[in-house]
This record gives sequence, structure tokens and C-alpha cells, in this order.
Amino acid sequence: MSTLNLALMIFLLPVAAFAILALAHRRLPRHGDFLANGSMGLALLASIVVFARALAAEEPILVHWTFDWVPTSAARALQGGVLVDGVTAFMLVVVTSVSFLVYLFSVGYMKDDVRYGRYYASLTLFSASMLGLVLADNLLYLFVFWELVGLSSYILIGHWFERKSAADAAVKAFITTRIGDVGMLIGMLICYWKVGSLAYVDLFAAVSGENLFNAGSDVDWQTWAGVGLFFGAMGKSAQFPFHVWLPDAMEGPTPVSALIHAATMVAAGVYLVGRLFPFFTPEAFLFIAYIGAITALFAATIATVQDDIKKVLAYSTLSQLGYMMLALGVGGYVAGLFHLTTHAFFKAGLFLGSGSVIHAMHHEQSMSKYGGLGKKLPLTAATYLVCVLAIIGCPPFSGFFSKDEILAAALAFAQERGEHWFLAFSGFVTAFLTAFYMFRQFFLTFTGRPRDAHAYEHAHESPWTMTVPLVALAILALLAGGKPGWWFEKLIPPHETARTVRAYAAYHETAGGPLAPVVVQAAERLAPTEEHAPAAGDEAHAGAHGAHGLAMTLALSLAFLGVLVAAAAYWQRRDGATYLNPALIARRLRPLHTLLWNKYYFDELYGLIFVGMTLGVMRLMAAFDRIVIDGIVNFAGLFGKISAFVSGILDNWIVDGAVNGLAGLTSLSGGGLAQTATGRVRHYLLFVALGVIALSVLLFVAI
Amino acid sequence: MRPQSFLVVGEAPLGLEAYLLVAAILFCLGLVACAARRNAVGILIGIELLLNAANLNLLAFWRFQGGAMSGPDALDGPIFAVFVIILAACEAAVALGIVINLFYNFGTVEVDNINKLRH
Repeated sequence: MSTLNLALMIFLLPVAAFAILALAHRRLPRHGDFLANGSMGLALLASIVVFARALAAEEPILVHWTFDWVPTSAARALQGGVLVDGVTAFMLVVVTSVSFLVYLFSVGYMKDDVRYGRYYASLTLFSASMLGLVLADNLLYLFVFWELVGLSSYILIGHWFERKSAADAAVKAFITTRIGDVGMLIGMLICYWKVGSLAYVDLFAAVSGENLFNAGSDVDWQTWAGVGLFFGAMGKSAQFPFHVWLPDAMEGPTPVSALIHAATMVAAGVYLVGRLFPFFTPEAFLFIAYIGAITALFAATIATVQDDIKKVLAYSTLSQLGYMMLALGVGGYVAGLFHLTTHAFFKAGLFLGSGSVIHAMHHEQSMSKYGGLGKKLPLTAATYLVCVLAIIGCPPFSGFFSKDEILAAALAFAQERGEHWFLAFSGFVTAFLTAFYMFRQFFLTFTGRPRDAHAYEHAHESPWTMTVPLVALAILALLAGGKPGWWFEKLIPPHETARTVRAYAAYHETAGGPLAPVVVQAAERLAPTEEHAPAAGDEAHAGAHGAHGLAMTLALSLAFLGVLVAAAAYWQRRDGATYLNPALIARRLRPLHTLLWNKYYFDELYGLIFVGMTLGVMRLMAAFDRIVIDGIVNFAGLFGKISAFVSGILDNWIVDGAVNGLAGLTSLSGGGLAQTATGRVRHYLLFVALGVIALSVLLFVAI
Repeated sequence: MRPQSFLVVGEAPLGLEAYLLVAAILFCLGLVACAARRNAVGILIGIELLLNAANLNLLAFWRFQGGAMSGPDALDGPIFAVFVIILAACEAAVALGIVINLFYNFGTVEVDNINKLRH
């Protein structure tokens, strides 16, 4: 089967499953979950085939298929299409594998759920949208699937919408990502305006060489477009300051958190940046790097004091996403995307493991009620430990390799450009904190004495549908490593990317741009089989190697230190006590602890500013409507009332008066005239006589 | 000699006005009698007086307006007067018939009491 057909099948199978489930899940046995599982399993197999082909390919692009979508008056119609290259191939594997394992896990986890069928329909919708996003060849299709993914996230976060907190969280997620999407649309508009097309190939063509994008203009449109597009990634990947929705998104079911908010949807932003890597200017990259560094550090600090097991993982996800953005921002194309892959595996493993724990403890999520679960849930504990070691960056787990890449790139960059020391600093401190809070979580949950005896009694290991995915993810977390992902190196990155980045690097070298060395290094990484770039590239290359060693040593020691501190504070000795007392430390550092516990008060700040502003505008508008508009309408109505009143008077007094008066007059005159009808003949005679006299007078005298 | 006619027009010892005056007086008397009598027959007598006054007027005007000199057939005045007398007689007959009916129905001929057709 041709690769194009495979790619289309990978996309269309979940679509078909979604259609059937959405329309007819009630009529199917078990609400049709086997359809979802089956479609994703087949998609996974197909993705593996595509990936294998990508590994063995000679050309960077396997498939680029376009079709005329909307005929326009221009020479070329608006086209849509599918692009499959190395990046797409491994993303497909990541998405389908994690999706499949999450589907399997959900069979056990959501067994008695009230809306089981709808849940699976939404899951398949999500997977279909994510796969479409990955397969798209232009920004417009990407955006369509981007929004669809956001919609699926909304539906799934709000799965238990009876809970107000869940419904609010879903709305918060959707709206926050939407705000980022405004920036993304602006970026897309700039691209379309300057280039006339939104297809990746056209964009890359426009920016290669002599920087045609900004030709003849003062404004650095390319940077703005890049920043705009990155705003969309910030929203979707929950970077600072759009991070507020991700912790709240934990209101959704845990498998959803694993799939969407750890492995795939939040990775869409990273994927976007990776896809458009040749497009960003050094200034845009700097912005991306700083945002990523800030997010990584910021989220890691909050994670150290969280009590809810899922919130710790949520902030951990934020932090790791920050790492990915930092990596991409300093030019570490390989590092960022590789970390995306390993993170998908170990974070999904962590989330599903926490789901297993939550399931065992009957939906108790607070770690203060856990303890000693390692004995009751041995398999979960073992897989969880594997994933924790991966996220910390402990060799030989995969996380070690990806984190090492990132830290080396950041360090090299900081060494080149001393004023950006913060990027490296943030990376290393975050590594320490990551080790600390992850082991804190592990110790609190799985070791020591159980803190809630009743729940501990009832805890049991999960069924096979839940443990098998855990084991699978743990294995992937272990094996997806290698240096740097032997498979990653085998994938030839897109020609455009390499060529463009190199041309870009050359341009910036001659123009003396600040990021030139790093971009050149990235170019070197991307196309190792090509000829080396000029001397500047060699220096950067050597610099990167040196940084590698230093970064590795520093990272490992910091991670070890973090584990040590966590053990000191949370590992219980035989008598139940710990070496350090965390409660005491929290009390001593009360202000800091409160600040972290309240997430730096960002939710309150946003509520005050944005929600308050909106409510204020609402009140203003409501008052305006009530006072001014209604006043005018009522005033106009007053005229009606007055005229009705006057008309009433006219009618009652004048018209009726006239009519009644006439009638009265007639009656009176009639009554008066009837007085002459006395019935007496003599009177009548008199009248006749008088009449004759009057007539004769009139006739003969007056006239 | 001119033939003597007792219808001599010309100088008369009394003028037209005298006859008219008499007729007017008779008319007024008749009118008063008509209006001021209670008895129905009295009213009829009054009506007779009125008619006769009218007759006088007619004849006076015939005699003094030269109608008598127009020829032996110029009898407009007297003929008119004869008509009036005949009509008066008829009308008196009819009226007397009504009066008799009145008496039968009401038992009286006092017109003041016969006012059933009043308002």
C-alpha cells in the first residue's frame, strides 16, 4: 500500500470510528469501545509501517499530495494537502501509540461511567483531529484541526459536566487557547499577505535565501508573523502566561489528562514550532526561548507544594513543555522534538499510573491520604518509578537523552551569548526541581506508612486493561532513548528545513545576527551528511560538544541532589519519621509556601483584570441599555400616552358632547313642540288662524 | 235713453273700502267666534261667518273692480260666491255629522273636554 494511502487510512480510521460511535454507540454492545480500540490499533500499525519507511527512505519527504480545494480567481486554486516526512512519521507513531494505550486503559478506568459511549466518541474525535493536524501540509488545515483538537479537549474536560468545576474548567481551557489563537490568526494573516499562500513549502521558499519575506519593508514582518504563530502555540501548549487552563483541565478523566494534556494536544504547539522552524527569525526564537524558560522554572516551583497527584503532573507537564520551547528557541531542533517524543511516553505513563492509583483509592486524589501503596500496587509502582526516572533524566532512560540535548543546547547558547544566562540557569534549576517534586510524589504515594487506613484496605491492583498500557509506556520510556534517538538521526529532516536553515544561517552569518552560531549548529545537526558550513559553524560545533559534557555532568548531579533532598524530606524511616520535616519547613517559609500554593495568584489576577473588565463593560452596557435606550423608548411611548389622553378627552367631551347635545336639543325641541299638540280643537284653530295671518303678512307686506 | 241696469257702476254712495271694512269686521268676529267658543256648533257658526265675510270681499271686489261692466256674462264674482256658499253648506253638513259623532262618543260637544289626541 502506498504511503499516501497509509497516511490517509491513519487519519480516516478514527474519523470513521468517531462517526459510528457518535451516531450509534447506544445500539452497539459495550457502546462500541472495540471500534475505537480497533481503529486506533490499526492506525498504530500503519503508523509503524510509515515510520519504518521513513527510516529507510532516501528522500526527506515521503508524500506531498495536494488537491484543489477551493477554486479561486487566481491562477492556482486554494489547495489542501497531506505532507508526510520524517517529523510527521514519528509524530504519527507517538500519537497513535499513546492514543491506543489510553483507549485500552479507559476500558478499565471508565468501566461504569455514565457516558461511556460519548467518552469514546470524543476520544476518537480527538485522535482524528490530532492526526489531521500532524498530516496537514498548510497552516489553514493545521488551524482547522487545531481548533477541532481544542473542541475535543473542551468536550473531554467537561465530561463530568454535572460538576460545576469541570464545566468551568472546560470553558477556561477553550477560551484561554482561543486567545492564543487570535495571535495565531494574525500570524497566519501576515504570512498569507506576504506570501500569498499558507502552505509550508511556499513559506519556506519565501524565507530562504535573501530573506525575501521582509523585502522592501521597514517592519520586520517575519518576526511578527513568527511571534503571532507562537502565540497560538503558547495557548495550546499552555506556556506562560496562558498556562492557567492546564491545571484546571485535570477535572477531566485521568486517561484524558494522559492523552490530551500530556502527550498530544499540548505537544501540538511544540510541533507547530518545530514544523515552522526555518520560518522564525532570531528575535522570534529568543522570545520563544525565554517564554519556555520562564514557564519551565515557574511551573516547577509551583509543583513542589501541590497536594493533588494530578496537579503535580499537570505542573510538571507545563514545566516540560517549557523545556521543549526553550530547546527550540535556542536552535535545538532535534532536542525539542526528541523531548516531545520521550515526554509523551513517560508523561502518559505517569498520568495513567496516577489513574491506576486514583482508581485503587476510589477516586481519592489528595496525596495526603496516600502512602505505602507500593505494597498494594506493585506493578503500578514499578512502572511509575520507571517513568519518574525517565522524567528526571536518569540514564539509561530516554528522558536522560532528550533532557541532555536540551541542556547542552541551552548551555552552548548561553556560552555564546552571555547575556542570556537565564536560559541555561532556568534549565538546570528546573532539572533539580523536577527531580525533587517527582520523587516527593513518588515517596508520598508509594512508600512509607499509609495515611488513610480505610482507603488503604480497599486498594487493589488494577485490571489488565489498565496495567498493560502502563507496562507498555514504561518500556517505551526506557527504550525510546539512545543518542539522540538513533531513530531520530536516521530520519532525514525535510530538505527545505535543512537547506533553508543553512541558507538562513549563512545569511545571518554575513549579516551578523546574534543567533547565527546557534542556527548554524542547528543546521549542522539537521544535515550531518552534508558538507560542513564555513569555519564559524565548526566553532559552534565544537562549542556544542564541550557544552555537552558540562551539561551532562551538571544535570546529573542536580538531579541526584534533588532526589536526595526529596528522600530526606519524604522517605520515612522505620519509625515513620523523616530526616527533614517538610511541614516545619513550610511553616518557616510561610509566605513563600503560600505564594506557591496559590500558584502565584495568577488565577485571581486574571479574574480581576479580564473577568472584572468584562463584567464592568457588561454593567456599563446594561446601565446604558436600561437608562438611555429604555428612556428613549419610554419617552417616545409617553407621546403615545399623551396623545391617547388628549384624544380621549376630545372623544369624550367634544364629540360625544356634540352628539349628545344634538340629541338633547332634538329631544327638547321635540318636547317643546309637542306642547302644541294639546288635543284641543280651539288651539288648533288658533294656530291655523295665526298661521294664515303670518303668511299673509309675509306675502303681501314683507315681500 | 241708456238702458237702465240695476248693475250700475260708477258713482256709488259708498266706496269699496266700506264693504271691505264690513267684511273685515265680520271676519274678525267670525275668527273670534271660532276661537273663543267652547261649543262645537258655535265654532261652526264662526266658520260660517268667516266664509260669509270672504264672500262679501269677493263680491265687493267684483262690483268695484269693473267686473260688472264687462258684459252680461261677466259673472265671476257671483259665481265664485255661489261656489263658496255651496261649499260652506257641504262643509257644514259634514262638520255637523262629525259633531253628532262627537256627541255619540263623548256625550258632550264641549270641545275643551275632547283632547284625547294630545301629546
